[in-house]
Amino acid sequence: MVNISYYKKLLDTKALSCTELTKAFLDSAEKENPSLNAYISITKEEALKTAAEVDEKIARGESLQPLEGIPVIIKDNICTKGIRTTCASKMLENYVPFYDATVWEHIKAQNSVLIGKGNMDEFAMGSTSETSYFGIVKNPHNPEYVAGGSSGGVAAAVAGKLAAYGIGTDTGGSIRQPASFCGIYGLKPTYGSVSRYGIVAYASSFDQAGVLASCAEDTALVFDVISKYDERDMRSVGFKKSTYESLSGSVKGLKIGIATEDLMASDEFVNSAVENTINVFKSMGAEVEEIKIPFIKECLPVYYILACAEASSNLGRFDGIRYGYHVEDYEDLNDMISRTRSEGFGDEVKRRIIFGTYVLSSGYFDAYYKKAQRLRESIIKEIDKIFKSCDIVLAPTVPVAPLKAGANISPVDLYRTDICTCAANIVGLPSISVPAGFTDDNMPVGIQLIGGRFKEDVILNAAYAFEKETGGEYIKLSEMGCGV
Amino acid sequence: MWEMVIGLETHVELSTKTKIFCSCTTQFGGEPNTHCCPVCTGQPGSLPLLNKEVVRYGVKAGLALGCHINLVSKMDRKHYVYPDMPKAYQISQFDIPLCEHGKVELENGTTIRVNRIHIEEDAGKLIHEGSTYLVDYNRCGVPLIEIVTAPDFRSVEDVLLYLEKLQGIMRTIGVSDCRMQEGSLRCDVNMSVRPKGSDKFGTRTEIKNLNSFTAIENAINYEFERQVDILESGGQVEQETLHFNSDTGETVSMRDKENANDYRYFREPDVVTVRVSKEEYDELLASLPELPDQRMRRYVENLGLTETDAKLLVKYRRVAEFFEAAADIDAKTAAAFILTNIFKSVPTEVEREEWQIKVSPENFRELVKLTSSGKINRNIAKRVLDRMLETGSAPAEIIDKEKLGGVDEAEFEAICRKAIEENPAAVADYKGGKEKAFQALIGYVMRLTRGAANPAQTEAKLKELLNEEA
Repeated sequence: MVNISYYKKLLDTKALSCTELTKAFLDSAEKENPSLNAYISITKEEALKTAAEVDEKIARGESLQPLEGIPVIIKDNICTKGIRTTCASKMLENYVPFYDATVWEHIKAQNSVLIGKGNMDEFAMGSTSETSYFGIVKNPHNPEYVAGGSSGGVAAAVAGKLAAYGIGTDTGGSIRQPASFCGIYGLKPTYGSVSRYGIVAYASSFDQAGVLASCAEDTALVFDVISKYDERDMRSVGFKKSTYESLSGSVKGLKIGIATEDLMASDEFVNSAVENTINVFKSMGAEVEEIKIPFIKECLPVYYILACAEASSNLGRFDGIRYGYHVEDYEDLNDMISRTRSEGFGDEVKRRIIFGTYVLSSGYFDAYYKKAQRLRESIIKEIDKIFKSCDIVLAPTVPVAPLKAGANISPVDLYRTDICTCAANIVGLPSISVPAGFTDDNMPVGIQLIGGRFKEDVILNAAYAFEKETGGEYIKLSEMGCGV
Repeated sequence: MWEMVIGLETHVELSTKTKIFCSCTTQFGGEPNTHCCPVCTGQPGSLPLLNKEVVRYGVKAGLALGCHINLVSKMDRKHYVYPDMPKAYQISQFDIPLCEHGKVELENGTTIRVNRIHIEEDAGKLIHEGSTYLVDYNRCGVPLIEIVTAPDFRSVEDVLLYLEKLQGIMRTIGVSDCRMQEGSLRCDVNMSVRPKGSDKFGTRTEIKNLNSFTAIENAINYEFERQVDILESGGQVEQETLHFNSDTGETVSMRDKENANDYRYFREPDVVTVRVSKEEYDELLASLPELPDQRMRRYVENLGLTETDAKLLVKYRRVAEFFEAAADIDAKTAAAFILTNIFKSVPTEVEREEWQIKVSPENFRELVKLTSSGKINRNIAKRVLDRMLETGSAPAEIIDKEKLGGVDEAEFEAICRKAIEENPAAVADYKGGKEKAFQALIGYVMRLTRGAANPAQTEAKLKELLNEEA
């Protein structure tokens, strides 16, 4: 299997130098990206520089850190000092941050090799990576399909072997959904596990950075590196132990809740993947019980009201004054700011800003924002309760099969596809999308394992056990990418 | 027949070392945009980290104004678009402020209720240069408290007394230097007028961002006239936000009710709940210094100063502390030295507040001791003090060097005898019952001793000699 430990072995045995490995990835990325569009920027210079450092270290006979020399893709809403960070928006087309996001600092400290910055939905708003100013991300398994979103570029690059793993962000499903569409793993950690410092905010109380990788072990390995307490993020808690060390592969006695009534997919292939996964877990000695998820119907409106409200506030800073796009000629300050924003933001971003501004404005605040906030508190209370009797809740990642590009789905119908993922963000719970089946078109289907607060070790171990039991048969990596 | 009704919103910049949400310095001045970082310039992805010291300063201010302290409060986002506010929202406190329900007693007997005090971040500065705008973000993120009063002011005098008092209190507890000229104390005036005797409020206007006592006074007077004129000519005052132009002395409209800002407050998701522990509260309460009012009363009641002198001394914390270095020896003498001599050498508000004089408290104490015990007379003492202000030397050193140390006993007697011999007319007049003539003799002795003689001693000596003659 092609994963981090595979590449690691190539380096350790000196079968390949890090520079050779890096060049192989850069070559495939440069070759495939014009059609796949997974990368907004390919950071060749940075990559080769890091690779050379790693090679020197190898030459000195020093042992390598877990992610040292491993090619990585970072979503383009994560600030990388000196490297353009666009959020896939015209607004930040040429924005070069002068500081590093904490999560990137951790990856950088590992000497992991940055191949480039991942394409995405503009400001992480979308489910198909079609709202990017830099063009649509294609699914590496079939160009007729989208890669999912908003971390579509990262998912496509990892599944297309244009990077060994990636860092994405998940506000309502943006790591898990593209991981599911691309046939790989996607972990959204507990809110507070990974620092948000330096990640361009979409919805501050939901945003969480996480891992996209080609196996459960890799996911745990990377999570352990990035999940450290950071005093620069007041909501940061960090994760205290190593999830990688606690991968036992045993799920005997694990209590899995399923909510067939509340979280059903509308797609037969998704439902059969869920059923199959349940059976595999049962066969391994897990206990499966039917549960109810209260307020599940309210989750979607609560998520969209609160996330858009926060987005309207977070995106107010893009006024063309200090950084980013700004119009050349204008009548006055007001004209400059409003035209900068009209021209700099795409439709979906504007739609969410307008919606969010509306639910916060006086006269509507109580009916929308306040009500949603209260409901969120109730949802948190109720869902936390479920984890008193269950270790894991198993559900579809997406209620539908991978979507075709240009399907022209209405915005609200597209929002509806977040129904299974957004609850974990509302409550702040960890959740992982695990490859678990295929459609008749041979497109991947993922299922989701949701855990209790700071129980990343539990869901990662369950994902690992399932992968071992099924021989990793649902993981789907494209042959297009790096063939080393 | 018309009465003004005013409520104040006062912004006080806190003198913590670092900004409210980052570790940049709060120092005033500095090259534009040099006290900045990703956080205070609102770079994408940056997050605020609440400076705990700001909360402590806020609590101190609340305690000093007799407020109830909310041990649990929260931060909220207040949205408005302006280039000096880089995030397009200000992190402030909306429905749960840090402090509530305090009051300030004015010396004219008026009580001003303080509705609330909350902590928030300051904005940057917009500079107009020709047709372009420049922004300096150095001030962005400097911590502020906003002190909001009830509409309890009825005159300009009330407002000025309140602000002076507020300055004194904030300086004494050490949370702010309250320098209006540097913008560390700024005022929004909410004002309406009504017929005297009415208990209804009229429609109010808000005059934004006044930053000097003169501006406040002129703006209130102008706005009072303007509102009264409107009402007397049968019109209605529009609810609007005004800007005071200090060049023309007029208030001009910034925005009317229709264009009023909708701040769209909501809880700041990036900052955790603000908590003050009971221990911390107790500690802050216990460490609260004597406030200017208490201090003033003590000076009057225990030290026998006049109220006027006492008020002047307590206005600046460092002045009061300096005074207290010598007050136990002779409070009146110490007060007189400070208020008449030293104040002349530090004429401005800022200098008095900073109190960077060359005289050390120890040397000052020494001088008061020398004067009070009669070792040197007041005239000499004042000359010594002037030299101390120039050089910073100890009084004994100056007296020695400049030979100001009294006159020796034999020489003194000789001079007194000489005074009597050389002024027969004055002696005759005195003996003839003209008490005034005696002053001429004393003056003569003073001249010959170049002021070094003690007037009381001189009087006694002269009388003794005159009696001998008789």
